[in-house]
Amino acid sequence: MIPGSKETVAPAGAGRADTPAFVLRPGSSADGSPAGDQLEISMGPQHPSTHGVFRMDVLLEGERVVRLKPVFGYLHRNHEKIAETASYLAAMPYTDRLDYFCSLTNNWAYALAVEKLAGLEVPLRAEFIRIITAELTRLQNHLCLAGFLLQDMGASGTPLMYAFREREKILDLFESLTGARMMCNYMRFGGCRCDLPAGWLEQAKTLVDNFPRFLDEFEALLNENEILMSRTQGVGVLSPQLAVNAGITGPMLRASGVNYDLRKVDRYGIYDRFTFRIPLGAHGDVYDRYLVRVLEMRESIKILQQALRELPPGPIVDPKAKLRGFRPKAGEAYGRIEGPKGELGFYLISDGSPNPYRYRVRPPSLVNLTVLEDLCLGQHVADVVIILGSVDIVLGEVDR
Amino acid sequence: MEPLTTTKALVQAAVPGSCLEIIPNGSPSAQESVLVDREHAVAVACFLRDDPRFRMDYASNVSGVDWLDSVTQESVRTKRMIDGVEREIEEIIERKRPGYLEAVYHLYSMELKHGPLVLRLRTEDRAEHCRLPSLTPAWRSAEFQEREIFDLYGIVFDGHPDLRRILMWDEFKDHPMRKDYIEPDDYEYEPTPHDEVLHRAKVHYPARKRT
Repeated sequence: MIPGSKETVAPAGAGRADTPAFVLRPGSSADGSPAGDQLEISMGPQHPSTHGVFRMDVLLEGERVVRLKPVFGYLHRNHEKIAETASYLAAMPYTDRLDYFCSLTNNWAYALAVEKLAGLEVPLRAEFIRIITAELTRLQNHLCLAGFLLQDMGASGTPLMYAFREREKILDLFESLTGARMMCNYMRFGGCRCDLPAGWLEQAKTLVDNFPRFLDEFEALLNENEILMSRTQGVGVLSPQLAVNAGITGPMLRASGVNYDLRKVDRYGIYDRFTFRIPLGAHGDVYDRYLVRVLEMRESIKILQQALRELPPGPIVDPKAKLRGFRPKAGEAYGRIEGPKGELGFYLISDGSPNPYRYRVRPPSLVNLTVLEDLCLGQHVADVVIILGSVDIVLGEVDR
Repeated sequence: MEPLTTTKALVQAAVPGSCLEIIPNGSPSAQESVLVDREHAVAVACFLRDDPRFRMDYASNVSGVDWLDSVTQESVRTKRMIDGVEREIEEIIERKRPGYLEAVYHLYSMELKHGPLVLRLRTEDRAEHCRLPSLTPAWRSAEFQEREIFDLYGIVFDGHPDLRRILMWDEFKDHPMRKDYIEPDDYEYEPTPHDEVLHRAKVHYPARKRT
């Protein structure tokens, strides 16, 4: 703005604290097209900051967002229909492709729902291995999120590569355990597919012991970084009332100060054996969402240390669980776990046949997108990218 | 949380005229559900959300289910006169149940940390009367999930603020998650069709002119 130039007439009330510094023009024209200074732009689907093929129809007034509609479905492959035509076990590899960062927690959620449906028990050792792999998954998911968020903010490359360096070590562990870095396909109904290979436990212990040192460095570089703070604090504030009503789950909900973590509420698996705390945010802005995830990594390390220390010997799969000819009794079950992105649930209806009659995924990424418009209204268009980054979506899960 | 029979009584006392039915669940999960009539669904939802005994402030999962027309066979023993002698014979009675679409809501309480309470809504049939009241006014979390059911199952949610297709493209005609959906044979263009794809795709290509 050039002082004194004729275009820069401040809108009425611009200097007062109680009114916003921007004024929304009254409505659009009769045919729905943008009126006056409004500009309709399409962010995505090939924009690198949309974390996949995802589009936002944004209506801008100057640089402020006045309307935002998420558009997705580009990766839709009707995952649910595919699973309904396949047997129960054959759907397991497909769950890897939902949230491809967290295949192990997807496996667990599906296995948990089937175990509820069929009434299967899980041996203690398998429960331990599940928790270890799930917390490692949480670590690498939150790491990636922090890296990508900073990438979106313009810290090109370096923080993301720091995060990926550590993530690679976790993926190496996954590879030696399951044979795949990302598409793990590891859990089975009533246990896990295979036992830990020789030397895995020591490798995992080394990783977990060294991880806090990396986190210290990461936090020292970023937590009080001036650019990070000024870009994220007070941006995209989500109120706890809206968060609960809109079904927001995971770190995004807890950043708004609502204490709801399924690891404590449902106590699925054997989470009640471990001591850990739930970090909560106070403001519900992007900074809190970032910080809650960093603090969650610290708590995950605590769980991992306890679990790796106490891992008992024993079988890894329930001997009653059948791999072939698996037909649960007619009925239904909803199983859910605290995935790294939020509540991941599977709703299954069985009619007694070898394949599920209804197979439904409750995707946390999709439901968390419900409030994207509310978060972005009135914000700068440059902040839309960061807000979307802090929601933490994976399009494989949104579109299914 | 109270057992479902108590829940049913409490809801029926609070929302006069509402008709609730408990649907049993045969699986070991024992998650029974409550079928709510369409007219009072929104009132029941708001009651469950606001009542201090339930505080179901969080609608976790909304899923559509398609139930086709089905015929169940039952064998019944009846007495009949055959050749002047009364005999007991077995008769098979066929019962036809018209199909319907269902929307299933899994409710939890974040405040009281209990759940799930499973609500079911059923449409009148699968063809002309696929309408249900939207519960998005009670829970925002149903917004995208109801849109998805509209898209994939074709249930029209009355009172939904923004009912559009969400995963399929706008021009798409059918509802692919329905059990009787038949995928069109030409919806994916193949540059060099071969084998059975070629056979099916022949219909769509114009007859080649001989030059």
